Amino acid sequence: MIKSELKYSKDHEWVLVEGNKAKIGISDHAQDALGDVVFVELPEEGDEVTANESFGTVESVKAVSDVYSPVSGKVVEVNEALLDSPELINSDPYGEGWMIVVELDDASQLDGLMSAEEYEAFLKEEE
Amino acid sequence: MAELKKTPLNEVHRALGAKMVDFGGWDMPVQYSGIIEEHTAVRTKAGLFDVSHMGEIRVKGTDALKFLQKMVSNDVSRIKTYQIQYNILCLPTGGVVDDLLVHKERDNEYLLVVNASNTDKDFKWLLEHKEDENVEIINESPKTGQIAIQGPLAESILQKLTDVNLADVKFYRYTYGQVDGVKCLISRTGYTGEDGFEVYCPWEKTVQLWNKMLETGGDNILPCGLGARDTLRFEAKMPLYGHELGEEITPLEAGLARFVALDKEEDFIGKSALKAQKEAGIPRKIVGLEMLDRGIPRAGYTVKKDGKEIGFITTGSYSPSLDKNLGLALIDAAYADIGNEVAVAIRNKDVKAQIVPTPFYKR
Repeated sequence: MIKSELKYSKDHEWVLVEGNKAKIGISDHAQDALGDVVFVELPEEGDEVTANESFGTVESVKAVSDVYSPVSGKVVEVNEALLDSPELINSDPYGEGWMIVVELDDASQLDGLMSAEEYEAFLKEEE
Repeated sequence: MAELKKTPLNEVHRALGAKMVDFGGWDMPVQYSGIIEEHTAVRTKAGLFDVSHMGEIRVKGTDALKFLQKMVSNDVSRIKTYQIQYNILCLPTGGVVDDLLVHKERDNEYLLVVNASNTDKDFKWLLEHKEDENVEIINESPKTGQIAIQGPLAESILQKLTDVNLADVKFYRYTYGQVDGVKCLISRTGYTGEDGFEVYCPWEKTVQLWNKMLETGGDNILPCGLGARDTLRFEAKMPLYGHELGEEITPLEAGLARFVALDKEEDFIGKSALKAQKEAGIPRKIVGLEMLDRGIPRAGYTVKKDGKEIGFITTGSYSPSLDKNLGLALIDAAYADIGNEVAVAIRNKDVKAQIVPTPFYKR
């Protein structure tokens, strides 16, 4: 499942842009590839994240995966619910499974991301 | 890369929507519906595993017992026909070539079931150490399919398909009988910590039996992949070669002394090294760890005490049955007491953990 209003990175994160803020999570494809998510490590509010660098970790029963930030900026919100209920990433990756909200340093970084159509084509290519 | 080996069920796994992985050169299902769901099915109802990749090696001849007594750690003379014994093939150093099950078929004939990725190595190891014994060593793996049906409902499901009275087949015993009209070896064994059976059949009959068992189990059974197999065996503290056992870890360090018959008459390979290790004091020990702070221990992570490295994690996972983050670790025996607080280095951070009793799960 791909949501049309979101932008996507090649590392399978999604971004929802609202003004100068970006909400970030991992795509449905990414959660499906991981399997049951049982642990999440996230930055804290006030931390700085850098585009294309890891800001957190998602662990399924079998695998440990870094989560890369599609944009640079300051973390202004963290989805604390994931710490106790990491399975929300499986059940609702685009909704309750969101991970952080970042205040954008440079909105032009969004231009490098894929549209829903582009991401769909990217997934087909990756198969 | 060489092409992956396939079990007779390869197409069936794909049709069931399994995620496939390379497991020691075999193309195997790691999960179907999800590891936690599959794990829970085995703990509460039943699960079906394709274990056709396991190796089967037959040893027969008038010196079969004598030869095995030389090769394996346990005292094979103690088992009766249709009884099964857990065993270890050791190196002269006391390290481990493989762990295996020895099935006594009759006097002078045994069936060895070994780990898939070690089958060729084990077969060669056995052949290399055959001296003047009158014994034949046959690798039957390519013609033998194997399905494990595990869980509290395993017996009732399998009973509907066989003329054998399964209640008569006790733990670590086996028999031969028809399953859905196919002659099979049926053993009450498994690698999950639950009751259950392993059914060995002709390679070409494996699909028929798999489908029949799934159909008969209905809502009470799920196909289960290697992911759930690993979490299940881990909770029950059953060792996995390459993790709790290996060429650099002795069975005494792995806590498997009860399968090492140092008192048996024959000199098995590795016996003198293991005897010496026992006398000198076993330097390392496999222990169970429970994380006190947030984090999942994973194989290879360093275990520390007061900042000093004392060992490493051999297997670690979220435990679906206990809803805890747990690990098995091989550590310096001096720190192995239950209740001790240690730390696991997770992504450059030392995370608190405590040594706890094992197995983590007991049915």
